[in-house]
Amino acid sequence: MSADTLLERITDYANRADPYPLYAELREAGPVVRQADGSYLVGSYHEITALLHNPQISADPRNLPGPAQKARKPPFLRLDDPEHHRLRTLAMRPFGPPHSPGRIDTMRGQITELTEELLDELRDRPQIDIVDDFAYPLPVTVICRLLGVPREDEPLFREWSNAVVASADVRPDLDTTEQDGAGDQARIDMGMYLLNLAEQRRGHPTDDMLSAFINEPDPALRLTPEELAETGVLLLIAGHETTVNLITNGVLTLLRHPDQLDRLRGEPDLLPRAVEELLRYEPPVHMRQRTPLVDMDIAGTTIAKGTSVVLALASGNRDPKRFHDPDRFDPTRQDNEHLGFGSGIHLCYGAPLARIEAHAALGALIPRLSTARLVQDPPPYRQNAMLRGPRHLPIEMRQSA
Amino acid sequence: MTGDLRDGRIVIVGASLAGLRAAETLREEGFTGSLTVVGDEPYPPYDRPPLSKQVLLGQVAADTTGLPMRRNPDAEWRLGVRASGLDGIGKRVMLADGESLPFDRLLIATGTRARPWPNPDEAALDGVFTLRTRDDAAGLAERLAAGPQRVLVIGGGFTGSEIASACRERGIEVTLAERGPAPLVGALGGTLSKLAAAMHRNHGVDLRCGVTVTALRGDSGGRFTGAELSDGSRVEADVCVVALGAVRNVEWLAEAGLAAGPRGVTCDAGCRAFDMYGIVTDDVFVAGDVSRFPHPLFDYQLLSLEHWGNAVAQAEVAAHNMVNRGPLRRPHLALPTFWSTQFGLNIKSVGVPTFSDHVAIAQGSLEERRLAMVYGYRGRVTAAVTVDMAKSLEYYRHLIETAAPFPPAPGAADRPMAAEIPVPSDVPDPKGLSHGPTVALTGHLPDRRLTVIQPSG
Repeated sequence: MSADTLLERITDYANRADPYPLYAELREAGPVVRQADGSYLVGSYHEITALLHNPQISADPRNLPGPAQKARKPPFLRLDDPEHHRLRTLAMRPFGPPHSPGRIDTMRGQITELTEELLDELRDRPQIDIVDDFAYPLPVTVICRLLGVPREDEPLFREWSNAVVASADVRPDLDTTEQDGAGDQARIDMGMYLLNLAEQRRGHPTDDMLSAFINEPDPALRLTPEELAETGVLLLIAGHETTVNLITNGVLTLLRHPDQLDRLRGEPDLLPRAVEELLRYEPPVHMRQRTPLVDMDIAGTTIAKGTSVVLALASGNRDPKRFHDPDRFDPTRQDNEHLGFGSGIHLCYGAPLARIEAHAALGALIPRLSTARLVQDPPPYRQNAMLRGPRHLPIEMRQSA
Repeated sequence: MTGDLRDGRIVIVGASLAGLRAAETLREEGFTGSLTVVGDEPYPPYDRPPLSKQVLLGQVAADTTGLPMRRNPDAEWRLGVRASGLDGIGKRVMLADGESLPFDRLLIATGTRARPWPNPDEAALDGVFTLRTRDDAAGLAERLAAGPQRVLVIGGGFTGSEIASACRERGIEVTLAERGPAPLVGALGGTLSKLAAAMHRNHGVDLRCGVTVTALRGDSGGRFTGAELSDGSRVEADVCVVALGAVRNVEWLAEAGLAAGPRGVTCDAGCRAFDMYGIVTDDVFVAGDVSRFPHPLFDYQLLSLEHWGNAVAQAEVAAHNMVNRGPLRRPHLALPTFWSTQFGLNIKSVGVPTFSDHVAIAQGSLEERRLAMVYGYRGRVTAAVTVDMAKSLEYYRHLIETAAPFPPAPGAADRPMAAEIPVPSDVPDPKGLSHGPTVALTGHLPDRRLTVIQPSG
């Protein structure tokens, strides 16, 4: 098949369970591959990192053509510096160093406790769904506590979150006008909801990020209501839509590699490196979209300003020019500078939290997986190609004799 | 050479960052022979960057910066004893305690020491410090904690500037005297040195540029009381830190027949030392601050660097080459990088900023105190310095490694106007500065970079 249909084929739901042969085809076709619709697809590690670091590349969808993209100012995930830097720095104040260096670390105990609670409830079940019973509830509960969102509102924001995430997907096969409209509306509704929660904490701070945002005494460091709403939506969605994939992909990968599962059971100290390898081998985020701010030469191809360029991070993670034996899952891998959290100025804001969650979740699960078996392989996947992961992961917990 | 390179006797002289990383790498590469590490300080390897930062701020004690070990290097540690000589023919390292250590292969990683105040009597005054070792830092931190009236810092390089910054952060009055026109001018050139000067003054440093300190004064009890400056003024202070750069520890090699001098021990790209005739040795290797090595990106000039990252990278290459032959050996091509934190700013550099004729601000601005400054030499990018913009550095590293044209193309999101018109980089001759250069370039052989390294695992 022709290389100019690669993005269409990668995003085709039929290929969701295993897009990796398509990524190999993409890297084979060249570092920069033009698609039939005039957009470009990049799948090689060195070109992707170069583009992620390039200050002439924009993450702002308003720099792409098309009326739907122009609608609203996006959150900092899709803004460029200096505005991105300003908002990300403000959002970081109650979350990480230098102002809150201990915040995430002190949640370690809570996260471990929560993990044990969830697993205790599943103890006697012969079959569980890793996604619905474990990998989804864990990060949702954590991000709710961190932000200050009532856990019982989950059905409410789950719907908004689904709409926002669907509208952010790459769908070359669809007219996405309707989806984009629904996504924008969900962002507005979810933002109002979070702003409301923050307002309730004005003057009565509880120990969470919404309280910190709304009660910031220095006007120069305060988010405007719109910024608070957008940032809250971003953090709430990013805080759970990605970690669920990391944990689920972890279980799936380990059950597919029983030798490595055995090894990790015997050597729990390997777990942090195994999580890094998972972020390379089965990353939660497969693609990001960018556009050049000026006409630009990329690896010998001139790409016009405003052209959509999709960076296939998951393909870069399997690039043999960067990783030795890239299709092998090797929890002891050295020199593993993967693109699982992206790279450059947009390097995942929540990475430290995601790592702690994955360590806690997989660390607690691994001893219990010795008799587990995948019920369905491959499992059913979610529609989303950008945030790729199983929708369900049923596993049978056979009782050991 | 005969025998198995993974066996035999290896001696490493220098028990700091480069020595430790080399020892670890030797074992990682499968070296099973005997390994001896000699260090003149009595302490196991420790990290120096915090000594001028967190230690002076009182955040951590000077004896807590020990370097973590990636693995047990299974070495015999000869600490607290100085190497006094090298017999290249008999293949022995002589120690100051009279003993000597036979070796099959040797790694020289003796680094540098602080350049002392030239007048020994004045240098001996109570309250006069240099800052290089853990003991130096402990002594100085104790004085700063006692709340001195004023600290005089001599030399406006990175160390001097960081000391001044730490003092101000602790609320201590500081005078900084620099012979050049501004702090950091020797390392970063004219434009950023003006920003540095503004940062000093905004933070309340009494900055005196274009002056030299002509004499240190003490009272009858031998305590430092102040200094005379070349402009006729006098600074009253009770603590003085001499930050005049570093001296390479090569004296012990005076009779060794190696190409060792004030700028270090010259070696090839594979870290093998040259002898005094310019012939490369097979069994003597060099790494870290004491080395002087050719770099293809900087016209094959010999670089002498005092950079943490270089010590690590070069030690790893040296160790690899000590246990591998011929075509399996690797070149040390790492781009120089360093960082500094001072006055609340994070300054990072990649490439060699002094190897430049022009600079341009590619991102951010001086007014925001957040920027990326790109350095060019004859139309190509040779270095970049970021201020509070560390994540952007990787991009410029790529430009340097690919010899990208200078000035860089305009169009960065955070530099909406065309990139600023390049201005002269204005790097002065280091002879005119108080402190020695942390990067020195010597020699010339124009060519271009031809080697690409692929990962192996």
